[in-house]
Amino acid sequence: MQDTVWMVTVVLMASAAGIFVWVATAAEKGVDDYGPVVASLYRLRPWLFGLAAIVLIVSNYKALTALPYVSHPGVGPVQTVNVTGEQWSWTIVPGRVVAGRPVEFRVTSKDVNHGFAVYDEGLRIVAQTQAMPRYVNVLRHTFTEPGIYRILCLEYCGQAHHEMEAELVVVADTTPSGEAQ
Amino acid sequence: MTAQTVDTRGRSVPALHAVFAYIAAVGLVLLLMMLLGLVMRMAQAQWVTIDPGLFYILMTMHGAGMVGIAGLGGAAILWHFVRRYAPVSTGVFLTNLVFFLLGAILILGAGFVGGFAAGWTFLFPLPAISGDAWSINAAACYLLGLLLIGVGFLLFFLDVARGIIAAYGSLANALGARQVFGLAPEKDGPPAAVTAATMVLIVDTLGLIFGAVVLVLSIVNLYLPSFALDPLITKNMIYFFGHVFINSTIYMSVIAVYELLPIYAHRPWKTNRVFYIGWMSSTVMVLIAYPHHLLMDFVMPTWVLITGQIISWCSGLPVALITAFGTLTVVYRSGIKWDTASGLLFVGMMGWITGGIPAIIDSTIPINGVMHNTMWVPGHFHTYLLGMTAMLLGFATYVTRGHAPDSALGAAPIGFWLYVCGSVVFVMAFLASGAASVPRRFAVHLPEWLPYDRLGSLGGMIIVLGTLILVSRALLRIHSILREPAEEG
Repeated sequence: MQDTVWMVTVVLMASAAGIFVWVATAAEKGVDDYGPVVASLYRLRPWLFGLAAIVLIVSNYKALTALPYVSHPGVGPVQTVNVTGEQWSWTIVPGRVVAGRPVEFRVTSKDVNHGFAVYDEGLRIVAQTQAMPRYVNVLRHTFTEPGIYRILCLEYCGQAHHEMEAELVVVADTTPSGEAQ
Repeated sequence: MTAQTVDTRGRSVPALHAVFAYIAAVGLVLLLMMLLGLVMRMAQAQWVTIDPGLFYILMTMHGAGMVGIAGLGGAAILWHFVRRYAPVSTGVFLTNLVFFLLGAILILGAGFVGGFAAGWTFLFPLPAISGDAWSINAAACYLLGLLLIGVGFLLFFLDVARGIIAAYGSLANALGARQVFGLAPEKDGPPAAVTAATMVLIVDTLGLIFGAVVLVLSIVNLYLPSFALDPLITKNMIYFFGHVFINSTIYMSVIAVYELLPIYAHRPWKTNRVFYIGWMSSTVMVLIAYPHHLLMDFVMPTWVLITGQIISWCSGLPVALITAFGTLTVVYRSGIKWDTASGLLFVGMMGWITGGIPAIIDSTIPINGVMHNTMWVPGHFHTYLLGMTAMLLGFATYVTRGHAPDSALGAAPIGFWLYVCGSVVFVMAFLASGAASVPRRFAVHLPEWLPYDRLGSLGGMIIVLGTLILVSRALLRIHSILREPAEEG
């Protein structure tokens, strides 16, 4: 997902900047009568508004069909992992899960706010949620690849924040149904 | 209309001199905070070595300082132009500056003497639970400093509200409500600067009240831990305050674009019903978009988070289709003769628009799941805050020009190009590293992340150099203007 987001962002930012640069470089050649210029430009605006509205509606609809929030925790065949953050370590029980089956992380904190972020072996985030004192955030994720995943803290939590690391082992599903997949 | 002919109440200090005091304070603090930021980037790049504890102190000071001077610079722009249309007080304007400087002393003391490093957002209960890195008194000193600055701004906005109500009858009139609802002709609508100022004072007054409440509660909790706060509610209050305040700095700065670009382009800024509708809708949307900071707090009510996403997307429309479109329309084939000030105002608007793109994308919930609290976040807010700062520097260049012709601006055009080119490199390095999942707010980076940090550090150096030239020029001009008897810029 990150690569797509990056490419789309660069294209959109470059396009917006390009329009500004074009207008700026062409601006020194003035026209005497401003009226027709502004009239033609303002005729363009409703079309731009319509285009923006379509992009807004489609993008939001698509995004809202992929929400990460778990409305019914513990329902279904999930592997439950209890995660507790504290300055500056993670307690993850159990620390080993099976790929291909949903994992439900129940994330909380003993002291301050932390950020529970799961990184794959290529150092890319695959999922995250906040770890808050007095609250339990439920994050559900299905690992598609076995491996050793790194857990980093993504909410600043004090002077050793950057050292707050742990590992989560994801093993291949060796059950008959898992091998069939 | 000269500076003294407007009713300013505080008659002992000429109004333009008060603006100069703001520009001097903002320029110096801006440079200091940029240097702190550069040191942090260079530490991440492993080009300098600093203790992680010091890194987080610098991070806290940089965040609080930049947000503060963005507000202070925006206030200078707002006040300078609004006083053309409404009777605002020079005394209150200067009181805000005094409160800011007192607050800044407390904050700097908390950090560099007390070791306070809970981040500028002071999320509960981190100020009280430091792992022995700082004392309760240091935390209280920081929170009190922020409170003082907030009180100064609250007084400032209340005075602007008083002045605008005196001139336009009500805040609704100043927002253009009569034009929106067809009760008065468009041509009789308030000036763009007044409408923008009214929007800002409404949202900022609410934001500052919430901020003051959470600051006082946090201070009480420091000394009375049994007075427990709810971490989720305080988080909502802090992000509401922070989101509103930092967004309003850009809305304040854009007043300089409304007022100055038409002078350069010899075209009026066209205010009409659509313009007023845009600003009225922005007033509401800025207040309710803040949940996009809490998208990874899964215990929040889902409808609030969905609202945060949708409103964040919608809030881009008035910006892009009214203010940016208006800027392009005013400039297009206008015969404008670009100089440093007009160039900075124009690229400032460009920074606002381009920075809004990664911001809106990050407010999309599934994308936020892999981008939240990565370098993507400082990537997008540095883009539009560098845009905001460009507007501020453009304003400073303009009001300090005195009688100097453009050819006498010395190295200012070089400063402009260094600032713009450095900004592009700096923010793209942030965004690229965010796409690569590099966490924000890490004192020590993995070897895989160093290329981004080094590119960002180079960009940062170029920005600092450009800003140094632009700020120095403004300060030198202020010095020479003040030495010219009975003359004003």
